[in-house]
Formats: sequence, structure tokens, C-alpha cells
Amino acid sequence: MDVKIGKPINIAIDDLTRVEGHGNIKIRIENGKLAECVWEVVETPRFFEVMFKGLSIEMVPLLAARICGICSISHALASARAIERALEIEVPGPAQKARLLAKHAETLQSHALHLFFLVAPDFLNAHSVIPIMETHPHVVETATRIRGFANMASDLFGGRTTHPMVIKVGGLTQIPRKRQLKALAKDLDATIPYLSDAFDLFKTFTMPDFIRETEFVSLKGKREYPFIGGDLVSSDGVVKKEDDYLAMTNEYFVDFSNSKFSRLSRESFSVGALARFNNNYELLHPKAKEAAAELNLKPGVHNPFFHNLAQLVECVHVMYESKEMITALIDSDITQHETPYRIKRGEGVGAVEAPRGILYHHYRINEAGKIERSDCVIPTGQNHANIYYDLHKLVEKLIADGKEEEISRLAQMLVRAYDPCISCSVH
Amino acid sequence: MKYLGITLERPKIGVFGFTGCEGCQLQIANKEETLKNLFNSIEVVNFREISSDGCDDYDVAFVEGSITTESEVTRLQKIRNQAKILVAIGACACLGGVNNLKSRFPLSDVVKEVYGMHPVDTGPVRRLQDVVSVDIDLPGCPISKSEFEWLVRNLVLGIKPQFPQYPVCVECKQQLNSCVFDMGMMCLGPVTRGGCNAICPRNRFGCWGCRGHSEEANFESLMRILRERGFEDEHISERINFFNAFNGIL
Repeated sequence: MDVKIGKPINIAIDDLTRVEGHGNIKIRIENGKLAECVWEVVETPRFFEVMFKGLSIEMVPLLAARICGICSISHALASARAIERALEIEVPGPAQKARLLAKHAETLQSHALHLFFLVAPDFLNAHSVIPIMETHPHVVETATRIRGFANMASDLFGGRTTHPMVIKVGGLTQIPRKRQLKALAKDLDATIPYLSDAFDLFKTFTMPDFIRETEFVSLKGKREYPFIGGDLVSSDGVVKKEDDYLAMTNEYFVDFSNSKFSRLSRESFSVGALARFNNNYELLHPKAKEAAAELNLKPGVHNPFFHNLAQLVECVHVMYESKEMITALIDSDITQHETPYRIKRGEGVGAVEAPRGILYHHYRINEAGKIERSDCVIPTGQNHANIYYDLHKLVEKLIADGKEEEISRLAQMLVRAYDPCISCSVH
Repeated sequence: MKYLGITLERPKIGVFGFTGCEGCQLQIANKEETLKNLFNSIEVVNFREISSDGCDDYDVAFVEGSITTESEVTRLQKIRNQAKILVAIGACACLGGVNNLKSRFPLSDVVKEVYGMHPVDTGPVRRLQDVVSVDIDLPGCPISKSEFEWLVRNLVLGIKPQFPQYPVCVECKQQLNSCVFDMGMMCLGPVTRGGCNAICPRNRFGCWGCRGHSEEANFESLMRILRERGFEDEHISERINFFNAFNGIL
């Protein structure tokens, strides 16, 4: 007999902890075989596509932000971009830079929250960051410094960390003054050394050994590691225009989830830090490439637990790139923060790399400047199918290895590695 | 914990989320500079977003989000039965918030538009106070961390929190901000209750009323000013109803 696990196993994790939103993991093993393995998305829907209907475009990025409490800056940016593309509005250069700086602040804030507060406890044998404050004070100190800078930058470029009011159709309500930019640059310089503490910590964590080949979807960078707009690419060789996002997302329903699932060339695909890293490695900041080498991380990684490490590499990228952009803003004319526009009928798509992966907003606008139809495709929604098939393979592997006691812990860590934003995915 | 030689209770708290974006819960975890002091003054026993410890023995419950399904009603009632003090946090919990924008359409159309024939459990949008008794409303979209900390200080010291009743304009003028009306923008600052330090007008953006209305808000004067300045009723109405904060006065 090859069967290593004899007795039936039932694992039911209701409301998985240390993730955003509500999701359940259900695993049932009978006669040594996987009988059921489900990733249930039970979050209550809010119906944003209906909420947008009939609203004036000036209100839309504000409402879009409310889709997600963690990546509200990305939603506001994708939303403003979709409207600007529909109305053919060109955002002034300095405002584009300031928007990308807001975006970077969010990426850093979100990745650091995930890595230190949600992931690190698994590797330090704690249930949350709270006991870690006592046992590993330097870990919390590092998180505090990095997130402190990220929050300061979000406040400056977005107005606040959650639900920015500065991002508006046509540009921004304002660009920070030069003395504020100089103060921020100084804080950034003081924060960068803490990155090496973060790396020292994560180098002591061994990511579980698990590989499932999948397809990675992200924006396709041309000259820069991409965050806002441009062509779409998959690691299986699919390339599409931003407007053709539906050909990338192919949403469908499953009966155990309130979020739609997605597929492209295979049964599922993955978006997020690892997808961006795999697809656009060459465009990373040299310092981020050095950091990746330090972690032995090379493009073409198919271990989903390495999402964590790819996020860490992106923290390096956004901090160094922010430094260069802040310097460039200080040295340039930053008076023009928005472009006036005229209302007309139009349709547009805005694609943005949110911290958890590629995000699309799509609107049809009538001649009165009101939303007729809208569609939002959320990164975590695109990841659900990949999480589902990963879970299957992971549990089957653990059964084959006779590691039944590991199933519950690793299954939770697997889902957590994707940093799912569940309420966002249901929206 | 001790303060000035006096032993203070360290209340056990739980943080819970319903229909919403979890942004208010995030504010609690944000601002790490003061996080250690915060966690010294309270004992977090249930906070799923950041902790795997899930204990049902708490004194104060902070609850985010609106109530939109029957299972949420049951869950909220359980929390109410346990908590000595129930605090609604954020516009969704206090007012219904942006969730209420779906209520402009019949519920069956709402579901069909997003999910087609796929069955989904959803109902009308309710504030927490529509379902259970609420002791304190902590307003804002999102809540501000400093106001949350202020509230916790009051709770630890056993003081009944006194929220500002004056409008946002008071705090805006104190900061010597240029009035956004004079920049041609619409602003609900004259009728919205303060406490946010006029964060939106300070960022050159008119107030949207996420904190609900101030005491003795003079809506007639507001409407007169808005119309005088050329804003159309349709746009005023959109703004006033965005967070469901003014009981549909227009």
C-alpha cells in the first residue's frame, strides 16, 4: 500500500486570519486521497459596478478608492486613468510623477504591512505581531521605520494613506511644495538603511518547498518597471493592449465563491509582485536586482511562497526609484498639477499594478459626463483560481510525503503568501 | 497599566469587519510610532485582519462596515451581547456610507447587473444602529488614527467621549486655509461635523460630509450659498448623498 494517511482528515478554517477580508479553507481527505479542497470566498458583495452608475465622473475616482482600504490609491489611479483615456486628457508631467510617487508609497506601505504584520508571525511562531513587539523589538522597529516613511509619502502625495482625495480626473489637486519634498527626501535617506535589516530578517526564513508551474500576468514595461498603464503581458507569451484587458481576464463563476475566477492560457494564472518580478526583472532598479541576488531570487520562479520575497525586492525598487523621482521633482517646475478638460461621450480602460497585481477599471461615459457602465477586475479576483489549484497540489504533495500535520499550517501560509485582498475582490 | 500612580483597567478589545473595505481597521494597525503604547493600554483579543488569536471575551467591540445580509445580523447580535461597549467605526457602520449608493436601484437589478443569474446573498444596506444598540459612533471615511487613539484614552480613563459638534469650517478657518468655495469648489464643510481637522479642504478638496452633519446644521443657508455660486441641484444632490450622511435633504 502506498497510502500513507489512513484516517480521514477534515480541515475547516473559517475566516482565515491575517488576510484582508473573509475567506474559508476546506480540506477533506478520505482513504488517503484528497476528497475536497476548496478556497471559499464568502465576503459580502457591495456592487460597486452598480454604485458607479449615473455618477458624475469627478466623483468616480473617490468612490473607486473605497473599493479597498489597503490599495485605495491604486483604485483611484486606475479609475482616473480610465476616465482620462476616455476623454483624451493628458495629465501634466509633474503630476504623473507625483502620482507614481503616491503609487510607490502605497506599494511600500502595503508590502511592509503584509511582510511584517501578516507573514513574519508564521516564521517567528507567533499568532500576530503583538507578541513580536516583545520578543523581536528590532523587527517591529524596522517595520515602523519603513511604514512610517511610506505613510508620510502617502500623506504628502495622496492627502492620506487610505482614500486619497488629492487624485482627481485630469491630475492632482496639488503637488507638494519643494520644502516638503526636501524633508521627505531626508526621511527617505534615513529609512533606506532599514531595508538591510528587513533582508537580514527574511534571509533567516525558509520558504516552504513547493512548485506549481503557472502563467504570470502583469503590465509589460518598456523602459521602466511598470506600475501605471501600458501593454499587458503573460509569461506564456500573450501580449494585449490595455483596452483588450477582457482577453486577459476571462472571468467566470464558481459556486463556492462570491468573487469571480479568471483564466488565460491554462487553468489559472497569477498576478502580483512575483508576476511583475518574473515578467519585468530586467527593468528593476539595479539596487533591487542586487537585493534579489542576495536572496538567490531569479526570474522564472514558480514557488508561490516566493511572492513574499518578490515583495521585499519591490520594496527596494520603489524606495530607490522614489528617491530619484523626488530629486527630479525638486529640480523641476512643478506648478502645473492638472489639465482642464471638457465633458464628452467616451469609453476608456485604466490598468494599474496594485500591490497585489494588475487592476483594471473600465467605464463608458455619456455626453453629460455620467457613468453609463463600469467594470472593475481586481488582482485578488484574478488570483483566486491560482490559489485554488495551488492548494490542491500542495495538499496532494503533503499527503504523498506523509506530512498530514503540516497541511493546515501550510495551506494557510500559502493563501497568505498571495496577500489576498478579499473584500476588494468581491467589491 | 499605571498612570500617575493610579492603576487603570486594560480593556479587552475586539475589532470586527462587516460589509466594507476594511480601511478603518487598517487605520488602527497604521501609525506604528504609537502602536506599542496603544497595545499597552488595551488588550487586543480578537482582530482577525492582523491576528490569529480569536477570543470571544472582550469588553469593547469596534465594528466596521454596514450590515447587508441576515448572517451579518446574527453575527453582529452576538458581538453586541458580548461587548459592554459597542463602537461603530467609520461611515459605513455609522451612516451606511457609500454602500448606500446601490440603494438607488431595485435590489434585484443590482444583483443581476453584477452577477447575472449567479445567486448571491444580499439585502438592503443598514447602519449598525438599525440592527443593534450602538454606544458610540466614531465617524469618518476612513476613521483617523489620532481620533481612534483619543477615543481609546477616554475609554481607558472612563471618561464619556465628547465629540466636536461644530462644523468642519471651524477647524478649517483655525488653520487659515483658503476657502475652497473661493477656488470654485463645492464644499459641505459648513454642515458637516468637525474633528477631522478639515483634512479634505486642507488638501484643496471640498468636504463630502463623511462624518455626518454637525449640530444645528443650517441646510437652507448651505443650499442658498451653493445655488448662488452656480452649482446645480443635481450635482449638489450627488454630493450630499455620497455618504448617506444627510438623510437625503436633496
